[in-house]
Amino acid sequence: MSETPVASRPARRSWRDLDLRAVAPFVALAALILFGASLNPNFVSVDNLLNVLSRSAFIAIIAVGATFVISAGGLDLSVGSMSAFVAGTMILFINAAPVGGDVALIALAMTMALVTGALCGLANGLFVTLGRLEPFIVTLGTMGIFRALTVWLAEGGSIAVRSQEVRAAYRPVYFGELWGVPAPVIVILVVALLGAVILNRTAFGRHVIAVGSNEEVARYSGIPVGRVRTLTYVIQGVCVAIAVLVYVPRLGSATATTGLMWELQAITAVVIGGTALRGGVGRIWGTVCGALILELIGNIMVLSDLVSEYLIGAVQGAIIIVAMLVQRALSRGR
Amino acid sequence: MKKLLLGLATAALVAGMASAQDKDVTIAVSIPAADHGWTGGVVYHAERAKELLEAAHPGLKIIVKTSPDGASQANALEDLVTQGVDALVTLPHNSDELTDPIRSVKDQGIFVTVVDRALSDPTIQDLYVAGNNPELGRVAGEYLKENLGSGDVVVIRGLPIVIDEERQQGFDAAIAGSGINVLDKQFGNWSRDDAFKVMQDYLTKFPKIDAVWCQDDDMAVGVLEAIQQSGRTDIKMVIGGAGMKEMIKKVADGDPMIPVDVLYPPAMVATAMELTVANFYDQVPVRGNYILDATLITKDNAEEFYFPDSPF
Repeated sequence: MSETPVASRPARRSWRDLDLRAVAPFVALAALILFGASLNPNFVSVDNLLNVLSRSAFIAIIAVGATFVISAGGLDLSVGSMSAFVAGTMILFINAAPVGGDVALIALAMTMALVTGALCGLANGLFVTLGRLEPFIVTLGTMGIFRALTVWLAEGGSIAVRSQEVRAAYRPVYFGELWGVPAPVIVILVVALLGAVILNRTAFGRHVIAVGSNEEVARYSGIPVGRVRTLTYVIQGVCVAIAVLVYVPRLGSATATTGLMWELQAITAVVIGGTALRGGVGRIWGTVCGALILELIGNIMVLSDLVSEYLIGAVQGAIIIVAMLVQRALSRGR
Repeated sequence: MKKLLLGLATAALVAGMASAQDKDVTIAVSIPAADHGWTGGVVYHAERAKELLEAAHPGLKIIVKTSPDGASQANALEDLVTQGVDALVTLPHNSDELTDPIRSVKDQGIFVTVVDRALSDPTIQDLYVAGNNPELGRVAGEYLKENLGSGDVVVIRGLPIVIDEERQQGFDAAIAGSGINVLDKQFGNWSRDDAFKVMQDYLTKFPKIDAVWCQDDDMAVGVLEAIQQSGRTDIKMVIGGAGMKEMIKKVADGDPMIPVDVLYPPAMVATAMELTVANFYDQVPVRGNYILDATLITKDNAEEFYFPDSPF
């Protein structure tokens, strides 16, 4: 397993040791930024880049969790629906709670959301490990369940934070800034840092990679495979909940379209970042970079007058494939 | 003698009415499941109309069935018909896929009412109730033309389907030759999150925007939030559409950013159910097309379209 350049200490390493596979997503990101700047000078304005960074928070945070699940050889398709479900229940809790004081109420609602997320993840994990089911099938099932529960709770409409005071008190969690850095960006950094430390520097992280590389060998080596697997899904659930904590203050509502297709975006971010879909390799910072690349592509499409609005999907698909080709070329160059 | 005759006539009339009231009629309502705000409104209004109509007609039974996609709606239609119904009120997921399943319902002699999305073969439907998509675009365009005169407008479209195309064409026709200049058009997928993103990017791209047309109230929520965050004051108004309760509330309260809304009501399913029931109980002719106006909701008439209990 390799370290990403951000997490590494360059002083002690020579350039030859640098894993080009780990650097590749960042090269693709830089190329994309240059491409965007050449199309519209507004693209590199601080405001625009901070907007895009903030918007990428949901996918980036969820994808950090997905990096754990995927590098342990699993898959979670339910994250988009789970986001909608956690957001919906969190808002219903805020609306129903009798707690006085906005800050206390929000803190309690946040705790509740984190617990809900962890439990949803635990359910996925237990079905996969104890139930011995394919993760694809389990999470496809829970994807439908979480989505339907959200629609049912919303009676098909939207669930919105009713109190304007609570709304105003919670708003800074998405729109606020600390030393000029938007709050969601700080959350991405903290989550990614924690994720990188857990995956690269702890025994549990090594177990995750071992289970993903070869489950049988891991089992014979005395690694509690079932527990490690289950925990990766719990981490995924907690990451979904953290993303929701940042999502809810933005529009103050959850709807039937909340989190639609987020599972695909998260998986794409993980793969662009250099994590292998078959498991055994995990790169947290690459994943964050992948999420940024996805969000930047959408932003560039709107800012440029390159193609008609009907063709945007095709160009986005093409850019992703080209980005992957760049990566592949770099890693062959070793 | 005269009195007696009158009395007899009255008795006969009352008896006749009573027998009409007690007549057993079963009506099946097949609609899409609530997958976004508007369809959520459709489900709400179907349930609401079912309660009102069943209370008014003791012999009437209404079965409401929602389906998540076209294929399962086709199955649901078969199941409903085997239960023995007199009429079908349906809002089809999509026209092409469901034309034949609805035709086989019709072939069994069942009265068919189609809502919102016309079938590929219009001879199947006895009654067609729909909103007016080109009109929705035209009314929004006319309003901008009259109240903005000239200026730069950005457009956020829905999904690339017929409904969206018709609305866009209506809008383009209304502003043709006026001082309204469309800076850009992008798809927001009728989602508030996507509309938020598109609006943020518009604000980066264009230093001056006078108005936003986003054809749907769900998307207007995201647009308003993006404008508020940017702190920009050049945008004078946001024109949505459909008639979501939060937006109608804003219109009623006189919010300067949302001066009007253009109606495309999910309650049209209730109109269809009322008319279908009238066909069986009231002996009034209802066959034909019933196209609702894309009414301009202003501060003066907003109350009329406000359903505080509706999810949409």
